Amino acid sequence: MINNKTKMTLTLAAVPAFLAVSSLPAFAQDAAAAPVEYPAIFNTLLFLVGGFLVMWMAAGFSMLEMGLVRKKNVSMQGLKNITLYAVAGIMFWFTGYNLMYTGVDAGFIGTFGPYAFPEPGAGTAEAGYSVASDWFFQMVFAATTASIVSGTLAERIKFWPFIAFVAILTGVLYPITGSWQWGGGWLAEMGFSDFAGSTLVHSVGGWAALAGALFLGARNGRYGANGQVTPMPGSSIPLATLGMFILWLGWFGFNGASQLAMGTIADAADVSRIFVNTNLAAAAGVVTTVVLLQLIYKKIDVTMVINGALAGLVAITAEPLAPSVPVTLFIGAVGGAIVVFAVPMLDKLKIDDVVGAIPVHLLAGIWGTLITPLSGSGNYGTQLIGIVAIGAFTFIASGIIWAIFKATTGIRVSEEDEAIGLDKAEVGVEAYPEF
Amino acid sequence: MKLISAIIKPSRLDAVRDALSAQDIHGMTVTEVRGYGRQKGHTEIYRGAEYAVNFLPKLKVEIALTDEQVAQAIESITEAAQSGRIGDGKIFVFDLLDAVRIRTGERDTEAL
Repeated sequence: MINNKTKMTLTLAAVPAFLAVSSLPAFAQDAAAAPVEYPAIFNTLLFLVGGFLVMWMAAGFSMLEMGLVRKKNVSMQGLKNITLYAVAGIMFWFTGYNLMYTGVDAGFIGTFGPYAFPEPGAGTAEAGYSVASDWFFQMVFAATTASIVSGTLAERIKFWPFIAFVAILTGVLYPITGSWQWGGGWLAEMGFSDFAGSTLVHSVGGWAALAGALFLGARNGRYGANGQVTPMPGSSIPLATLGMFILWLGWFGFNGASQLAMGTIADAADVSRIFVNTNLAAAAGVVTTVVLLQLIYKKIDVTMVINGALAGLVAITAEPLAPSVPVTLFIGAVGGAIVVFAVPMLDKLKIDDVVGAIPVHLLAGIWGTLITPLSGSGNYGTQLIGIVAIGAFTFIASGIIWAIFKATTGIRVSEEDEAIGLDKAEVGVEAYPEF
Repeated sequence: MKLISAIIKPSRLDAVRDALSAQDIHGMTVTEVRGYGRQKGHTEIYRGAEYAVNFLPKLKVEIALTDEQVAQAIESITEAAQSGRIGDGKIFVFDLLDAVRIRTGERDTEAL
């Protein structure tokens, strides 16, 4: 039965279709989209829009990191972020996607090999969405994971070993752990829950960063023999703040498009609800950090508040659809609190995390994943198994890779280069030459 | 001729400039500097770590003048730059051996 609305749509579609057909004989076959394709088109649209929003998070990371490093290292931080995004994109085509999604079958790994896209004009609605749009959406998530690592290791890591690590992370490590859940692997079979990647993306990036920080060591002069901590304030609070807001915006794509469907009103409503929860979790993270900082330090460090917003976002990423608003606020708030206590704690442990990526992505990521049962997703036991399994694999594998690089190419610039700054030492372009 | 080098609080610059203009002294060079005297600085906190800020932002105002203008200039600068609190700054007076106006080549007090 074709209803009136569909008849109208088909009739309207037929007019330009007829014109198209009569002027371009080769286009005879698919002049008007059949109704069965609309959901696939909307799903594809969700992937494309969500995908480019997450791509924009690369700008967010860049601004945040460039703002939090010292002037002499700003160009390098920009270069690292640009290059890692490019390398991630290529590696995810070269090995990443198939390793993560093809032939996983409740197992531990997918298939090696580059991904193949449909020829132009040959796309179908068979999968329920465009295959390339799905690849694009998944690729930007891999790139996000790599971005997390660059912040922690800033101001003293050699460029090339870092990029080589990124290639392995995005081409091999991230896809393997990702296959366990989103690729339909053993964790998914077990009922593990990670909607948009608190563990698969954020804690993976965090574990890789932590392993790197341990092998790399702290910046020179940072920690004294008697526990003194020497701050190295960032060069641009405006850039850091802008970066945070760009990330916040991108997160609507990150979480929202992880619904993976927008072809029905129910799905569209769910995506909308995800936007709401995502925003509120960040808000709760901010408010919590602001209040705690005032109470503890009597001064409110804007860079920690930025971390608090992001921690709230990371925490809700494991389950941004199900929670009620109060639960969402609770999850985001704890994320913010984690930042306030974890940042100084890392300093006590002499782990030099330049931008606070470990508290924000690793610790808040673990928290967000662990608490999903509160919203009815998964159970605490399974969540813990997933967190530990992915954590162990990523941390150990990353550690091995960092160790190999440290022993062969070296991963740290010379003391002299660290002092004059990486912009002069490795980039050859100063970020602020006239100041 | 003399060269006065006055270290003042940044917020007092406009007042010092106005006071010197009133005395018909037009021409000064201002540099942003950091320093301390008896004003010890303060502690700040960045990401949970306390640190001592010993060097405070100040402005160094350099003025070349004739010997006759010096006493009045010192008085004007002092009055304009004073707040009564520690950290107001200092004035140093140097002998100036020569001065040249680059555009015209004038020398000595003609160049001031």
